[in-house]
Amino acid sequence: MTLRKLQIALWAAVALVLIGTAGFMLGARNEEPVAAATFQPSFALADAAGRERTDEEFRGKYLLVFFGFTNCPDVCPTTLAEVAQVMDGLGEDAAQVQPLFISIDPERDRQMGLSEFTEAFHPSILGLAGTADETRAAAESFKIFYERQEAEASPDGYSMSHSSALYLIGPEGHWIRQYSYGTPASEILADLQTRL
Amino acid sequence: MKRLAIILALLIAAPPAIACETFTTGDITVEQVWSRASIGTQRPGVLYMMIRNEGAADDALISISTPIAEKPMLHETTVEDGIASMPHAMRVPVPAGQTVELRPGGYHGMLMGLTEALEEGASFPVTLTLEEAGDLTVLAEVLSMRAEAPECDAAQ
Ligand SMILES: [Cu+2]
Repeated sequence: MTLRKLQIALWAAVALVLIGTAGFMLGARNEEPVAAATFQPSFALADAAGRERTDEEFRGKYLLVFFGFTNCPDVCPTTLAEVAQVMDGLGEDAAQVQPLFISIDPERDRQMGLSEFTEAFHPSILGLAGTADETRAAAESFKIFYERQEAEASPDGYSMSHSSALYLIGPEGHWIRQYSYGTPASEILADLQTRL
Repeated sequence: MKRLAIILALLIAAPPAIACETFTTGDITVEQVWSRASIGTQRPGVLYMMIRNEGAADDALISISTPIAEKPMLHETTVEDGIASMPHAMRVPVPAGQTVELRPGGYHGMLMGLTEALEEGASFPVTLTLEEAGDLTVLAEVLSMRAEAPECDAAQ
């Protein structure tokens, strides 16, 4: 009889654990996709004027980060145009958000002009292009991917493939979430407005 | 009174944009042909449009040519596991009875070797070569760098 009781108690314990786990998982699902494993991306990259900029100087602001290259006529302008719409839509709150365009093709982008490209979309977008090593380090800390692809028909014989999402970093420097490519500007704006 | 209202509406409405014109050959109709303004000529330009096939036979866009670019090509942006790349597209299928879009984040004309800077508001001719319908020359309008699509009322 006591064995039976023990059995019931054990099953009850298993059930409790299961319920608890399910509850935890449901709770976690409501959080941001990456919030469970939040991390602090870091970077030290030159801006168009050659001055080194680091993640630390932007504490207190939200960062909206996009990795791309200026020779990219399709995905990059589309995303930067959305960032521009978001910044315009924020109105006074725009002061709390710093959009960054980090070049994953820094040498060519420095030659071609980084600021004229970012400014064509919005004056608030800060373009950064470091050395090859600094760029690799920044990408690793953001856990993003980019790769040079040899393509004979492309300008200079290569193109770049790259993570195409927009990343949101919080005022304390923590990764908050990503907006996947094609997320409408209105959606990004609405999400930001709930945070500001 | 009603006529006056119509005349006023016509006067107030912006002049019809080139991007909202339609071009037709046989069963193929092309519209909303547009490009983005460029900074100088160093970087490749882009070309978007909608192609409608009202016929009963499949067709395909197989090449583009334009005096504005030395090396125009067809590309397809693909985003796989969040990673974007844009391989060369040999052909853009235009199946019977369907409309195919060349649009941001998908198929696009890649205008490499621009012969002049693309200024917002300007337009340039592009000759499309279709497998079945043959050649069709259309006009592309250069929209702002921030444009995501032309604003045409009630297209199609
Ligand atoms: Cu392309």
